[in-house]
Amino acid sequence: MKKLKNPTEKIIEGIFLILGLITVGFVLLITVYLIISGIPAIREIGLFDFLFGKTWDYSKNLYGILPFILTSIYGTAGAIILGVPVGFLTAVYLAKIASPRVKFFMETAVSLLAGIPSVVYGLVGMIVLVPAIREVFDLPDGSSLFAAIIVLAVMILPSIIKVSMTALEAVPKEYEDASLALGATPIETYFKVSVPAAKSGIAAAVVLGVGRAIGEAMAIIMVSGNAPNMPELFGSVRFLTTAVASEMNYATDGSLHQQALFSVALVLFLFIMLINAALNFFLKREKED
Amino acid sequence: MTAKRKIYIAAMRALMYLSAALTAGLVLFMIIYVMAKGIPNITWELLSSEPSYLTEKIGILPDILNTVYIVIATLIIVIPLGVGAAIYLTEYARNKKIVAAIEYASETLSGIPSVIYGLVGLLFFCQFMSFGRSLIAGALTLVIMNLPTVMRTTQESLKTVPQSYREGAFGLGAGKWRVILTVVLPGCVDGVITGCILSIGRILGESAALLFTAGFAHSLNGFFEGLTSSGSTLTVALYFYAKEQGEFEVAFAIAAILMVLTLIINFAAEAVSRYFEKRRAL
Repeated sequence: MKKLKNPTEKIIEGIFLILGLITVGFVLLITVYLIISGIPAIREIGLFDFLFGKTWDYSKNLYGILPFILTSIYGTAGAIILGVPVGFLTAVYLAKIASPRVKFFMETAVSLLAGIPSVVYGLVGMIVLVPAIREVFDLPDGSSLFAAIIVLAVMILPSIIKVSMTALEAVPKEYEDASLALGATPIETYFKVSVPAAKSGIAAAVVLGVGRAIGEAMAIIMVSGNAPNMPELFGSVRFLTTAVASEMNYATDGSLHQQALFSVALVLFLFIMLINAALNFFLKREKED
Repeated sequence: MTAKRKIYIAAMRALMYLSAALTAGLVLFMIIYVMAKGIPNITWELLSSEPSYLTEKIGILPDILNTVYIVIATLIIVIPLGVGAAIYLTEYARNKKIVAAIEYASETLSGIPSVIYGLVGLLFFCQFMSFGRSLIAGALTLVIMNLPTVMRTTQESLKTVPQSYREGAFGLGAGKWRVILTVVLPGCVDGVITGCILSIGRILGESAALLFTAGFAHSLNGFFEGLTSSGSTLTVALYFYAKEQGEFEVAFAIAAILMVLTLIINFAAEAVSRYFEKRRAL
């Protein structure tokens, strides 16, 4: 016998359905707003001049964002090159070798690193890292792409360590036992058996790190000098995120300048969507493994 | 064992220890450095006054209050939404496509960088809904950012409510809504508390999204007056004092306060999750 639903139940179910769909609504809102506000400037400037123009100077009405795109790519790549090996090796150590006590302390420390606000990283970078780079490399100013890369590398460490650890801990014990029984030492087993078995999860960790690095704004705005130059390792640079963050508050409402900043955000959003798709791909593959 | 194997093993071992030591060293350095630079600059005067151009003194009381207001406003809005969405997913949803869409949306939301939230918040809440630069516009932006977190923690706690409880209630003749009210909602408590702690942590650390939506005024306001006026939270204030005004002593004082709060939140999250695990095991 099918229970008859009374109208109150139906209304309540409807309310919950709406609450459930709110997230979908938010994603649509963000996407639609970014597209609507990002398109006009691209139309006016021209897609090619916008994406591949080398000069950004709003006083001359020049809006080329190639420097920002390249800086974001180089900065993220640099952070990955520095951050991934350290994070990955730390994760192997914590997942396979560390004693429970060391592991507990390190895990607490890593969550703490993840919880530190990005402006605090920016501040420490500004006071410690930037002067140190100026001294060591004998530069007029230490605010540079290099400083931003180091700050980003530190900031992506927690995500890389946590996600890689989860993947490494999920490797079936039998795989490792078989390798050990065949005469491999523990370290050989971890790197030649456990790591390949966890490769999808580790790839997901790297992609997550890429997402974090490309989306970060406030920490790197404080250490990167913020001049819209083509990227140089020791030059003052501006990222996609910091371009939006640094000029948004000064741009006049409705001006081409402001609209161009919306278009920068749209480009950033497209990058993020690509990275999300890659992340989903790797996470799904890890589940299937 | 060949020499090559021995070298490989020794090198890998050394690299691993080095990396772990580097990570641990970074955490220790951040904590000790920020505390050492910040704590000497925290004075009662700094904590209890508002900044004044006349006396050229800086006080961060307005920023502390703005942070508290924005945390309260965000949580009040995000918790019902997040809990409602989680209940829909675990108790009602039968259509797999809707579930997949909601889950995909919540994953997408957690990957979007905060500058983009700030920008959309500016366009939608400040301009379209004409809230202007205000704490409420900032709080609404943070609601979108934190919704996936609250949803996920609530969903996880709902999964631990035994199916037999629900069946028992249905068996006694309770309707769906009655079951949710009496059996499901009490099971949300763990998730809501964890979600609150994680959200507070995220709100405290947020700067980019608030910069465009909540502005950066430092005036002292009451709660309701504060919500409708522009105001900076501690993180935004830190950014301004460090980047725009070169007041590094104040910036480090705020950084030390934020660091202590981060430590507290981390331990609270840890303690709460352990407490709930223990209770579930009983």
